Amino acid sequence: MDMAATNTTSIAGQQEKGASVHARRFISYIVLILVSFLCLFWFYVLFINATRSNSELSLGFTPFPSTHLVENWVNLRSGTLPIFNGMINSLVIALLTAGLATYFSAMTAYAIHAYDFKGKKFMFTFILMIMMIPTQVTVLGFLQLIGKMGLDNNALALIVPAIASPAVFFYMKQYMDSTLPLSLVEAARIDGSGEFRTFNQIVVPLMKPAIAVQAIFSFVGSWNNYFTPALVLHDDTKKTLPILLAQLRSADWLKFDMGQVYMMIAFSIFPVIIVYLIFSKHIVGGVTLGGVKG
Amino acid sequence: MNKKSKVVSYNKWGYIFLIPFVVIFLIFQMIPLVSTIYNSFFENYRSGLTQIGPNFIGLQNYATIITNGDLPTYFVNTMIMWIMGFIPQIVLSLLLGAWFTDPSLRLKCQTFFKTVIYLPNLIMASAFAMLFFTLFSDSGPINSMLIQMGVFKEAYKFMGNEWSVRTLIATMNCLMWFGNTTILLMAGMLGIDPSLFEAAQVDGATSTQIFYRITLPLLKPILIFVMITSLIGGLQMFDVPQILTNGTGDPMRSSMTLIMYLNKHLFSKNYGLAGALSVFLFVITGILSLIVFKFTNSEKVK
Repeated sequence: MDMAATNTTSIAGQQEKGASVHARRFISYIVLILVSFLCLFWFYVLFINATRSNSELSLGFTPFPSTHLVENWVNLRSGTLPIFNGMINSLVIALLTAGLATYFSAMTAYAIHAYDFKGKKFMFTFILMIMMIPTQVTVLGFLQLIGKMGLDNNALALIVPAIASPAVFFYMKQYMDSTLPLSLVEAARIDGSGEFRTFNQIVVPLMKPAIAVQAIFSFVGSWNNYFTPALVLHDDTKKTLPILLAQLRSADWLKFDMGQVYMMIAFSIFPVIIVYLIFSKHIVGGVTLGGVKG
Repeated sequence: MNKKSKVVSYNKWGYIFLIPFVVIFLIFQMIPLVSTIYNSFFENYRSGLTQIGPNFIGLQNYATIITNGDLPTYFVNTMIMWIMGFIPQIVLSLLLGAWFTDPSLRLKCQTFFKTVIYLPNLIMASAFAMLFFTLFSDSGPINSMLIQMGVFKEAYKFMGNEWSVRTLIATMNCLMWFGNTTILLMAGMLGIDPSLFEAAQVDGATSTQIFYRITLPLLKPILIFVMITSLIGGLQMFDVPQILTNGTGDPMRSSMTLIMYLNKHLFSKNYGLAGALSVFLFVITGILSLIVFKFTNSEKVK
């Protein structure tokens, strides 16, 4: 093959590739827009319907918001379901769960990362093995246990177990392996810092990014949890948002003011959407880090 | 104090820092696990107001639960809905992952799209299910839209048909999880040595060939990981069908899942059968988890 021929083929190849890249880019944009539409459409309808009154809703759907947003909000506040109480319960449980899960998982990870002791390998393997066992399979014994402990119908039964969160531990351990040099810990020791103080004042601040990501995930996980809370909490005043939503579903919902129903759904998911929009970069990055570095 | 004793005294802190995890794990997970298994060997249920048992009956609960026909039905239901959600999810995720990581495409607004596709994963499943229920109800907005557009003459009863209920549940599962899967697969794709792609391009491979011949085979470990973790998640399917069907799994219990069945036994305090069902689920997830464990571990060696 002579020089000229090589040149033309390479140029032709380039052009053909350029055209196909344009076509592929076009297709991928179309698919991405369709998929984004599918993801957002439901929330758009929810938002629109939360602004409309019951009588407007019965007339059919319109793509434009109406003027009853505040009215629905006021109706929701004076409604029969203790939804604001539920919001506070959900918030308290989710915040405490997130706090305990991240702090103690960091502590557990630090124990395995920074010290050499007998049974260390076994502990690490053991925690990894229990990581995937779903809570559902032990919930029967769990309910009997908290019944005996007098923790039935008590939010503590949902909060305290978060101290042992294998998945959060695993993430923390991965993060420590890549970012926490042991020389730093040794330097602190030479300066006379106690082990516990080193952990609280040096390790925890260094772990901040990992703690933030996992705190968000634990918070959202607890906020969205329905299975265990529904079995543990019985009093209306103690229930969390998902349980109240389930109650709404089992009530004769046709008698409800539908504007209020949409408002209630919006009320229970928009806080998470707002938190997500603020932290989305860290969250999306956090999934990648936690998921595959294993 | 000499140096050696100091080293020993440091390492003892390893045990001290492990105490909270171990104590809480033993109390709130180990004891429940053991007592769940223990319960599975006893006849223990409530019939009306009278409490029957607990009487030791050996493996009879297991025999009952396997032979009375409910468990196989609900297992099949769960698997059908998982597969219906998983196939479009993995196809979509592979496609989007390949596009996002393809340097020659140079897609714009990637952050926006990634943010949007991950959003449904964070939404409360019960709120999402409740939302779908109201949207797809007989007089709901979807029906009114379809009638306005002339697709249907009268409202379609989405909640009255076995396959439409299953499709709704599978759609929700797919929407909630494809963003997560995409991000996992993307991370895997970015981990592939770029020189392999370059070499293939120099050899004149088309992007389709590159995808099938290089990306997919090298992604196999992560694909299997994604598949098995999704299967474990699928076996735990609960919130969405529970709320969408109000716990009945109707029509004709065709959308009743294993965990909904367990939940029913727990609510009616039917502890013997609930125990046997839990052990059954524990064994299945245990086996699946071991497979995942093997995969994650072998990757670490690399």
